[in-house]
Amino acid sequence: MILTATLGLPMLGALVLAVSRRWTETTARLFAVGVSLLPVLLLAWAWLQFDTQGALFQFVEEVPWVPSLGMAYRLGVDGIALAIATMSALVFAASIAYPINTQNQPRQYYAWMLFLQSVSLGVFLALDLLLFYVFFDLSLVGMFFLIGRWGHGQAQHSAFKFFLYTFCGSLLLLLAFIGLYLSVEPHTFDMRVLIEQQPLAGAGVSAGLIFLALMLGFAIKAPIVPVHTWLPQAHVDAPGPASAVLAGVLLKMGTYGILRIPYSMMGETFARYALIIALFAVVSILYGALVAFGQGNLKRRIAYTSINHMGYTVLGIAVAGALFQDAVYAREMALIGATVEMVAHGLITGALFLICGSFWQRTEEYDLDSYGGLLRQAPLLATFAILASFASLGLPGLAGFVAEFHIFAGTFAVYPWLAVIGVLGILITAALFLQMLQKLFFGAMPQRWAKFDDLRPAEWGVLGVLSASFVIIGIAPQFLLTLIEASATLLVGAR
Amino acid sequence: MPIGDVLPEISLTLGAVIIVLFAAFARQHQHVWAAVLALLTIGLCIGLTFTQWDGPPRLTFSGVWALDGMALSSKLVVLIAGALVIAMSPEWMQTDRRHAEYYALMLFALLGVIMMASASDTMELVVGVLLSSVASYPLAAYHRTWAPALEAGMKYFLMGALTNTLLAIGVVVLFGLTGNTGYPEIAQGLSVGHDSLALTIATASIILGLSFKLAAFPAHAWMPDVAQGSPAPVAAFLTVIPKIGAAVALARFVSLMPPDVAWRAIVALISVTTMTLGNVAALRQTDVRRLLGWSSVSQSGYALMAIVVMGTSDQALPALVFFLASYAIANLAAFAVVTYLRGRTALESYQGLARQAPIATTILIASLLSLVGIPPLIGFFGKLMLFSVTIEGGYAWLAFVAAANTVVSLFYYLRIVARMMFSDTRPTVHVLVGQWARTTMIVSGLLLIVGGLGAEMLMEFTDSIGFVR
Repeated sequence: MILTATLGLPMLGALVLAVSRRWTETTARLFAVGVSLLPVLLLAWAWLQFDTQGALFQFVEEVPWVPSLGMAYRLGVDGIALAIATMSALVFAASIAYPINTQNQPRQYYAWMLFLQSVSLGVFLALDLLLFYVFFDLSLVGMFFLIGRWGHGQAQHSAFKFFLYTFCGSLLLLLAFIGLYLSVEPHTFDMRVLIEQQPLAGAGVSAGLIFLALMLGFAIKAPIVPVHTWLPQAHVDAPGPASAVLAGVLLKMGTYGILRIPYSMMGETFARYALIIALFAVVSILYGALVAFGQGNLKRRIAYTSINHMGYTVLGIAVAGALFQDAVYAREMALIGATVEMVAHGLITGALFLICGSFWQRTEEYDLDSYGGLLRQAPLLATFAILASFASLGLPGLAGFVAEFHIFAGTFAVYPWLAVIGVLGILITAALFLQMLQKLFFGAMPQRWAKFDDLRPAEWGVLGVLSASFVIIGIAPQFLLTLIEASATLLVGAR
Repeated sequence: MPIGDVLPEISLTLGAVIIVLFAAFARQHQHVWAAVLALLTIGLCIGLTFTQWDGPPRLTFSGVWALDGMALSSKLVVLIAGALVIAMSPEWMQTDRRHAEYYALMLFALLGVIMMASASDTMELVVGVLLSSVASYPLAAYHRTWAPALEAGMKYFLMGALTNTLLAIGVVVLFGLTGNTGYPEIAQGLSVGHDSLALTIATASIILGLSFKLAAFPAHAWMPDVAQGSPAPVAAFLTVIPKIGAAVALARFVSLMPPDVAWRAIVALISVTTMTLGNVAALRQTDVRRLLGWSSVSQSGYALMAIVVMGTSDQALPALVFFLASYAIANLAAFAVVTYLRGRTALESYQGLARQAPIATTILIASLLSLVGIPPLIGFFGKLMLFSVTIEGGYAWLAFVAAANTVVSLFYYLRIVARMMFSDTRPTVHVLVGQWARTTMIVSGLLLIVGGLGAEMLMEFTDSIGFVR
């Protein structure tokens, strides 16, 4: 019941907001923040109860939905899903609590946010392919309305592009899911059965096509170069909190999907193409970093670093899926790294995009060159921006380092050359973040920002929580690593 | 004569006759009772159909009338859809002098569609197609003083006259070829041996004739005009109901073909052309009703996918009926909203509607998303089953084309959604006063969600249906 409550409470909250006619902005906001915290608490509780020696999937719930199609409402988590879901719930709570101009439609804004929280968590908690697809698609609908209604610039255009582009990916996934469904007897969408039976092992062309469709679908969502082009625009025009959610949570659906479906259900095919996937990942790492370096727009720059970071994650998963029987430990390490990267990126980039939101609310300006010298004017903002940037570039002692260390340590054992090239990405990332900080906070301050306000309590409170979490993961990652390790060991076949 | 086997159809006919008589004597403000009579008739007809449900699949009346799962389930879908259309009409029609006759025509058109779905004889098929066409022409042009309605009716009539003639020619040639009009005998005759040129002509003519009712390429051109110009409830009727009968009739007909006729390739080709054409044409429409008309064309293309894999995938026919039912609900919900909004049609005028008419907007958005196939609305399960049978039947490329088309269709549906949601203008909204249209709109909106969550019930219902052999 924990997992159903995790999904159900925000959904109920969204419904209540949608029908409550008379609530003021403050009531709606307080209510939404309160409701959005419930999943965090519930998932934390589940985390405490999770048995690291137990079965792969725990807290399983199953209610038949469409039995004649082999579809059911099946929920359950392994350590990886639990870690990502908890991070997602936290990023959502933070984004909802972050103050924003709701353009006189507070109820609608918070209702959509809660709806999106519910369905996004659903993606990570689903144990049924079709249920996964249901939540996956609904998250597009939610994000479409958030960008289109509360975005700025060419918001409608971006919302359209986002929905259409990622919907292409969804439909490829749907076709592939049907392929997987038809490959088992009796036909079922149950992920546990599909993981256990590996139905497409040795199936030749059809396995290859299904694998291609799955990887393309998830690559669009992650996104991996060259199907990333929807991302920068959606990010730039989305409101700050929606950007934080988009980067922190929605991108993870792509990488988590790769891990949960092609990696787990088609191990043999995955191993065959692991090197190609790793190559694409390295291209993403370098391309994302280089293009980010070239951006003069604050939000665009951070958006492109997401492509770079998702590249690390995919590299980790590809390494974990490569067929090197003797390198079990290295592969496990890479898988753990990939998962920690997802969690770390969610928290760090979530914070960075919220900071972007604060900039926009004050100045409606993203051009880096127009800023300068804000360190004195807004010391709190500067502190959090510097902390998050350092975490993002992988400074030891912060969460990003833990992730990247694991990934590259694993990669060195399996694809040493790719690791060498990939590490260059970290170098470029460091340069781009340092340059960004320099342009924002140091040098002479242009006169027009003389009235630039520092963070308000609501803002620094939220950023404080997010920063604390990635600092804690950086300093004492053990609590997270044990949880992930429990599942990673099973998934790479070490236990 | 086994009169009991056609009791539902007899009740429909009697109901229509009673309404015509009633219309002759009642005053105009009482005409709304004709709607009640029509609904009662349909209710009775549904009840009688249920009593036939448990019987074994069989042919009756000397083999011209099929009583099998396909006929009965599509009959139910047609009747329920017809009831929804009738329930959304009274306020729209009440100022019309001939309000009550409207329902009689509706019942006759329904009867024609049911005959199409149940016909197991080419003559019976022709009668069904003609009956539904003849009753539909006046419906399309019901507002006879309004030029666009006349134009729509005229276009519909000319197209219909041509294709109905072709259908008759096809039937005659087929009769010449096999010496029979009954389906089992035709199948028998064709399997023994045939003149392939004559068979090609006959098949092509009959498929063309049915493509008119299906609004599939190449006889689709009437659909956008009718959707735009005819009264909104009639547009709802014509975009949905004849399609159901025609799809079943087409499936029944092509299943007779001997294996050396490449009917799968032909239907697949029509399917791809229809869905692509419908979608591409809908992209730039600036009129919501016209847009829905084109989208309806593209949906016919999807439905044909199930016919392509008939026989190679055992769930093809259930998928067909399920898809048609899900499409019917979604499209009727969309037109119910348009009706409720007094036929509001220019895309511009939908600007900012979300704030002025939140419930209507929500239902319209839900119906559009259901037409795309966004879960958990009922349209998703329809599409899912279609894709599933198509892939299972070995036509993965067709499923891929349909998926690509679905992405295209998302674009134009979203254009309507964006207009309504992302604008601060506050339009003046006129709605139909009264409860009929409003209630129908809400009921069909609820059906979208309830049908999705309760898809299992519908599936059990259509699970093992097929054609009588």
